[in-house]
Amino acid sequence: MLDYATLKVIWWLLVGVLLVGFAIMDGHDMGVGTLLPFVGRSDVERRVVINTVGPHWDGNQVWFITAGGAIFAAWPVVYATAFSGFYWAMMAVLWALFFRPVGFDYRSKIHNATWRSSWDWGLFVGGAVPPLIFGVAFGNLLQGVPFQFDQYLVSSYTGTFWQLLNPFALLAGVVSSAMITMHGGTYLALRTEGAIQRRAVKGALVAAAVMVPAFLAAGLWLRIGGIQGFVITSAIEPGALADPLAKTVARDALGWWLNYQRQPLLWLLPALGAVAPLLAMGLLAARRTGLAFVASSLAIAGVIGTAGAAMFPFVMPSSSMPNASLTVWDSTSSHLTLGLMFWATVIFMPLIIFYTGWAYRVMRGKVTVARIQADEHGAY
Amino acid sequence: MIPEHLVDLSRLQCAATALYHFLFVPLTLGMVWLLLIMESVYVMTGKVVWKDMTRFWGKLFGINFALGVTTGITLEFQFGTNWAYYSHYVGDIFGAPLAIEGLMAFFLESTFIGLFFFGWDRLSRTKHLLVTMLMAVGTNLSALWILIANGWMQNPVGAEFNYQTMRMEMTDFWAIVFNPDAQAKFVHTVSAGYVTGAMFVLSISSWYLLKGRDLEFARRSFRVAAAFGLASVLSVIVLGDESGYTVGEAQQTKLAAIEAMWETQPAPASFTVVAWPNQAESRNDWSVEIPWVMGLIGTRSVTKRIPGIAEIKAKNRERIVDGIAAVTALEALRKHRGEGEADARKAFEAHKADLGFGLLLKKYVVDVRQATPAMIDLAVDDTIPRVMPMFWSFRLMVGLGFTMLALFVLAFWSTLKVACVQKPWLLKWALWMLPVPWISCELGWFVAEYGRQPWTIYGVLPTHLSVSTLSVESLYGSLAGFVGFYTLLLVVEVYLMVKFARQGPGSLGTGRYQGEPALA
Repeated sequence: MLDYATLKVIWWLLVGVLLVGFAIMDGHDMGVGTLLPFVGRSDVERRVVINTVGPHWDGNQVWFITAGGAIFAAWPVVYATAFSGFYWAMMAVLWALFFRPVGFDYRSKIHNATWRSSWDWGLFVGGAVPPLIFGVAFGNLLQGVPFQFDQYLVSSYTGTFWQLLNPFALLAGVVSSAMITMHGGTYLALRTEGAIQRRAVKGALVAAAVMVPAFLAAGLWLRIGGIQGFVITSAIEPGALADPLAKTVARDALGWWLNYQRQPLLWLLPALGAVAPLLAMGLLAARRTGLAFVASSLAIAGVIGTAGAAMFPFVMPSSSMPNASLTVWDSTSSHLTLGLMFWATVIFMPLIIFYTGWAYRVMRGKVTVARIQADEHGAY
Repeated sequence: MIPEHLVDLSRLQCAATALYHFLFVPLTLGMVWLLLIMESVYVMTGKVVWKDMTRFWGKLFGINFALGVTTGITLEFQFGTNWAYYSHYVGDIFGAPLAIEGLMAFFLESTFIGLFFFGWDRLSRTKHLLVTMLMAVGTNLSALWILIANGWMQNPVGAEFNYQTMRMEMTDFWAIVFNPDAQAKFVHTVSAGYVTGAMFVLSISSWYLLKGRDLEFARRSFRVAAAFGLASVLSVIVLGDESGYTVGEAQQTKLAAIEAMWETQPAPASFTVVAWPNQAESRNDWSVEIPWVMGLIGTRSVTKRIPGIAEIKAKNRERIVDGIAAVTALEALRKHRGEGEADARKAFEAHKADLGFGLLLKKYVVDVRQATPAMIDLAVDDTIPRVMPMFWSFRLMVGLGFTMLALFVLAFWSTLKVACVQKPWLLKWALWMLPVPWISCELGWFVAEYGRQPWTIYGVLPTHLSVSTLSVESLYGSLAGFVGFYTLLLVVEVYLMVKFARQGPGSLGTGRYQGEPALA
């Protein structure tokens, strides 16, 4: 069995992999949802757009469900504190997501323009709201969240929903939204042709052009804008029992930059986050859509990796009781559970990737107007 | 202390979202097998009507599945949003089956459901059948892991409390997986889903037969549903009896409340058929009993006693008093980290089996050492769920179960006759029985989860400590949002379901059935 400290680090990486997997897989169909009303101008065009993700959105959404379950199993106190603290943000995400399954499945079942356009906007909300809120949530994590624990480890959040919507967090939301929209547009470019493809490329280009400066601005803001990071000031025992109240934590203006100073190789992550979107833009302009999708996926990994590497070992720092901050070392589940979940992931994740790949292979090829019209009753 | 109102609202929201979710789950669980059976016949015989059956019933299945997914998302996250302390306290155990469910089952189900709908023209017959099979397997594995998690709430095996991390931690994963409560609950619950799927197909097919339309399609559907339904309903009843038996082992309180057994009877206990329970005076105002039967069902013996409510309460009182010592020692351990730990630890080890019972007092007093005898009385009373709703929900569920058995026996028998023409009264009866499996499923969950009160984790964590520290206003807002949103979606779902069920297989647009839709 792997030792406890190693498993803690592995699980930090695995949660990262699940979040990146979620953003790449569920992200592209959320991006498609966001672009749907603008890229599809007629009913049949919108059906083309929807059917690019029709067979896959459900499987992709499981990345979100599984990321939630994995955080529950690996970081139970993070699951508890974050989701109850961000209560209304979570409600907004859940309620926005409700539009997706019904939107996809019910939209084309009735021939009525109002019905269909209502569901189109539902799919827009289901695609646009979650990435925005996840970005805002990350923006708040970077600033610290006002929560504390009592002796029983009961967490209480003392902020409000509106406090989450501060300028830096909103900027992070813009990065996230633009990134997912770019990704969705790139996927659409890969799976469509003609006018729809042209509009999708345009959408992706605009989104990437917003994303890169926003990402750089967020980095600059962190560096010189007065947002302090966090550092653990007591001795760290990586293999110790998970007790979030056993350490001391201080705020430090350079807290989020220390990992980059110690390990310059990490600069590759923000570099990827800034350069990969530009690469995707170039590839899209040249209609190398497959490679553009790869570049767009790398951009996502770069951006999420940048935030993760800055915060390590912090997962959810507390602004009101810094000692109660949740870190990789003291927020995990027990040694046994981490080990068990590690093996479960090692066994099933490759299988998932294999059969998801197979599903995309079976459904490969451009979705066209002709293809929709030939399958009037079966297609979404 | 946590406001009572907040606890009630959190429970209400949890119950509402879970019961809504379970309007869609059982049909999914049953339909996947029916679809697999129909498609298997298609692949074996090559008769296209079987493919049309798979596609048409699959269409209705899809309409239902969309809301199953919608309402299911909430449940994965609601433990965190609304039951934060619960999530911290037992996440080490409870989170694992949920995460494994995602990895092993839900991915499988959700990926292949896409190919089930969109892969007809892109896959060979056998490959599509394989897709359908993997979807069915995924769906049922998903139920397995969820019910393992739920079974652990009823019977928390394979875990131990750790005062340093202030939570329950896993000690034996396989004990959790093979928890008899979870296993019995799994088979009972999925079988109930199979019955729901069978009833759905049987009822709608009966309607086509009554209308005399699409007869070839409807007769075959009716026959498959009748056979599958009969097997399933037998399994529900037999395995329901099995879960009655495990309830007797792990959760005697639930059993005593279901059966309104106020006093312990000499073995073997009699079975109360009907009664009017009177909680205030701990007796039944009137009752009709059959001697011996309860003892036989509950213990599978004529000598073992089944404890009544009074006896359970007396035992719980001892455990609550002992729990005061456990809570006191735990608080000392938490306060003086390191100092004087040896004594406090010894005291804690001696009493920790009753920690959960000590925590029950937290509903009435912050410092449990200050608990008055009156508070202890209240806590003891809390350990027994209200008998009246338990008693009658259970009886209604069982009654409906036997009614469905009768229907499926007759329906199956009618398909065995050579002419295979069903009597109109049987078809009408089958049609009107359509909502019955859903009512039974919801009653079953009510009995299982309401009967678990006052615990979220039986004997370990009281419900009133499990909630998130949210404002009451937030709860009103989210509860209204969920109920409003779900109700709206339910109306849309039922509208589409009725529309396509009325249209029948013609909605496939194959040109082989009545009621073909006009092309757009």
